Amino acid sequence: MSDLFWILLSAMVVNNFTLALFLGLCPFMGVSSRVDTALRMGLANVFVLVLTSLSAWTLNTFVLPYAPYLRLISFIVVIASLVQIVEMAVKKLSPALFRQLGIFLPLITTNCAILGLAIFQTNRGYGLFEGLFFAVGAGLGLTLALVLMASIRESTELSDVPEVTRGTGLVLIIAGTLSLAFMGFAGLLSAA
Amino acid sequence: MKATTPSQDLLRGVWRENPVLVQMLGLCPALAVTNTVENSLAMGIATFFVLLGSSLLVALLKRFIPNEIRISAYILIIATFVTIADMGLEALVPDVHKALGAFIALIVVNCMILGRQEAFASKRSVVRSLLDAIGSGTGFVIALFLMGAFREIVGMGSFLGIPLFGDGYEPWVVMILPPGGFLTLGTLLIGLSWFQRRRKEAADGGTAKNGAVQEGSVA
Repeated sequence: MSDLFWILLSAMVVNNFTLALFLGLCPFMGVSSRVDTALRMGLANVFVLVLTSLSAWTLNTFVLPYAPYLRLISFIVVIASLVQIVEMAVKKLSPALFRQLGIFLPLITTNCAILGLAIFQTNRGYGLFEGLFFAVGAGLGLTLALVLMASIRESTELSDVPEVTRGTGLVLIIAGTLSLAFMGFAGLLSAA
Repeated sequence: MKATTPSQDLLRGVWRENPVLVQMLGLCPALAVTNTVENSLAMGIATFFVLLGSSLLVALLKRFIPNEIRISAYILIIATFVTIADMGLEALVPDVHKALGAFIALIVVNCMILGRQEAFASKRSVVRSLLDAIGSGTGFVIALFLMGAFREIVGMGSFLGIPLFGDGYEPWVVMILPPGGFLTLGTLLIGLSWFQRRRKEAADGGTAKNGAVQEGSVA
């Protein structure tokens, strides 16, 4: 049990997908200007990450031992169709939720965090439950980074920053600072 | 789409519409693997290869790919070339392959590659698509090289593993760690935007001052 907990914690803060591994930067730059959209995007990601982890485990267990060279191709096809199915299901079951998530769901397909999770999970040889905890931790980590970034950006909007730095440059410098702060969590793992 | 000349197709992506520095595409690999010059170049060349191969195939096959499933078809083509690049690097340079790790596989979701297929290769001739791929690919390699060179020089005091500053140099270790990636790209972008602003101001100031006088003489 404690192993599973460490996998979750490590994916969430120590090896945060966005701030330490640079995965999922597109939404991190794109939808981090408002806290509530950032939160929604993060939670949509958690959901898709968990489903991806399940499918990657299924593929790894039942299909890929027979055709290892198809790994990448099968992962990307499964992720793309998974997102499509989730989108259709949400549209049918809960139109209100669909309107809220609307634009974010298709964007998730091209989010490298999703494919990254499937590949890391395979490389590290995680089993079903380890994979699920890893996915939840990674998703929460993404959400945390997005919400932190969005809160900072909301407050920089009204402050007087030099004009040349406005836009992506400023976002990247803030991300660098956040990433520095997150490096402090590295001590957690060695302490354990 | 506006008609463009072959040389415009080739040169556009190199600097003026540089995929990383101007269009902000393919940021994940640009930040993740640029801690040394060697890794940056390997990543840049692998991406260049995938982009070139996919553009060629998409441009050749565009008549046979139905419009409704074109994105999936492009992704399949890209994934095939990435698998080739992955296996190639593993066989040729195992050390670099290990250092780049999962990020070679992640070339599949590099939005720059899919972007070029959707915006260019699916509509234009094979030769033009190849020129466009060479241009954008070179732009990507240049951006990665700039990042990698800066991070390796200040972060380790060396270039391609050759020490530059002697023993007295205290390396800025943070630059080869993840925060350094964000800080380097951020600084690079702010520098570029400062440079562009100054050039624009110089141009504007010049024309505003001399505009009235020069109108006659230029005509």
